[in-house]
Amino acid sequence: MDDPYKILGVARSATQDQIKSAYRKLARTLHPDLNPGNKQAEEKFKKLSSANDLLSDPAKRARFDAGEIDATGAERARQSYRNYAEGGAGGKYSDGFRFGDNADDIFAELLRRRSKGRRGGGGGFFDEEDEPLRGSDAQYSLKVTFPEAAIGATKRITLPTGKHLDVKVPAGTKDGATLRLKGQGNPGRSSGDAGDALIEIKVEAHPFFTAEGHDVLVTVPVTLPEAVLGGKVTVPTVDGKVVLSIPPGSNSGSVLRLKGRGIPHGKARGDQLVTLKVVLPDRPDTDLETFLRGWAEKHPYDVRAKLTMG
Amino acid sequence: MITFDEAILRYAIGPDELAAWIDQKWVRPLRAGEVWHFDDCDEARLDLICELRRGLAVNDEAVPVVLSLLDQLYATRNTLRHVRDAIAQLPDPTLHDVLARLELELEKD
Repeated sequence: MDDPYKILGVARSATQDQIKSAYRKLARTLHPDLNPGNKQAEEKFKKLSSANDLLSDPAKRARFDAGEIDATGAERARQSYRNYAEGGAGGKYSDGFRFGDNADDIFAELLRRRSKGRRGGGGGFFDEEDEPLRGSDAQYSLKVTFPEAAIGATKRITLPTGKHLDVKVPAGTKDGATLRLKGQGNPGRSSGDAGDALIEIKVEAHPFFTAEGHDVLVTVPVTLPEAVLGGKVTVPTVDGKVVLSIPPGSNSGSVLRLKGRGIPHGKARGDQLVTLKVVLPDRPDTDLETFLRGWAEKHPYDVRAKLTMG
Repeated sequence: MITFDEAILRYAIGPDELAAWIDQKWVRPLRAGEVWHFDDCDEARLDLICELRRGLAVNDEAVPVVLSLLDQLYATRNTLRHVRDAIAQLPDPTLHDVLARLELELEKD
């Protein structure tokens, strides 16, 4: 389910009046009665209505903002902090408290004893001599855009310790990948090494790009004249906009390949695959209808016979 | 994962309040440029802070104390789990030996 604020095109801080007027404005163009037979408008109108149902009710909106319910109005499962703190992800909040971080830690005593045992030295169980111990790792998450993950980017981050770091997100980074920054985690003890910072990369869903292997897929709407007569259209790529030539007679659903505009891997690079989607004018046009009636009589063609559908 | 603005809306807190919490390290999001990234763990911690203050009426002076105690408890439980897992991997005779000694230790209390 999409973000209701995005569907209505309003900020999360919008007033109830702004939401009402945004809804009315969009409803005027998308209402099914104004778009008879237009499936796409019908779908959009459905989404718009449910977004409006949620946000026009201040009580529901407050619960959605508070993360208690999702965009469909269903209760959202909440994770207790303990689930994180006792798992690995709580590492950044447990500095000084974890295994062996603390000089007085009872478990650190066990570790000291073990390292002494290995060296063959004596030393009692409660020997106070400090052994260097490595600090624990600290976990963070970083959100990047689809193009940043595809072609790589350098993000300047600030750790909670106030330290600034430039993080290189390599080209072709996948959602959920973890970058390890050596020695940027929690400090070690008795001149032990610091732990590492583990940065989990979250790739934001993109409004029109998706990845398939090393290729980037995008669907580009074209007009009926562009499809029949050919033309040049500007399409987005992960590197920016490029001009794509549509050959005359291109069908809806045909795929054009932009070589080397995909995701880099090693020295090679994937392609961008552009799927064309022929879109008719918003409102049925009498000129077009008259023309097509005459044209269809003279040029009948059966597209379903071959598929034995018709 | 949520941003600063989403966090103040979700938890119904003022921007100054959240900035102060970050400043005092109650919550430790990552910052990239001007954007704060609160991960799932940070969100759960914000939930906890709000519950402490609103639900349990813990005052601002006591919040860091409670957070620190909880973090110590959870870190200890986490370590104990590692100890348990390490013990569980011991060969059977040693495992029984360790468990018998543990029983004796516990009886001392």
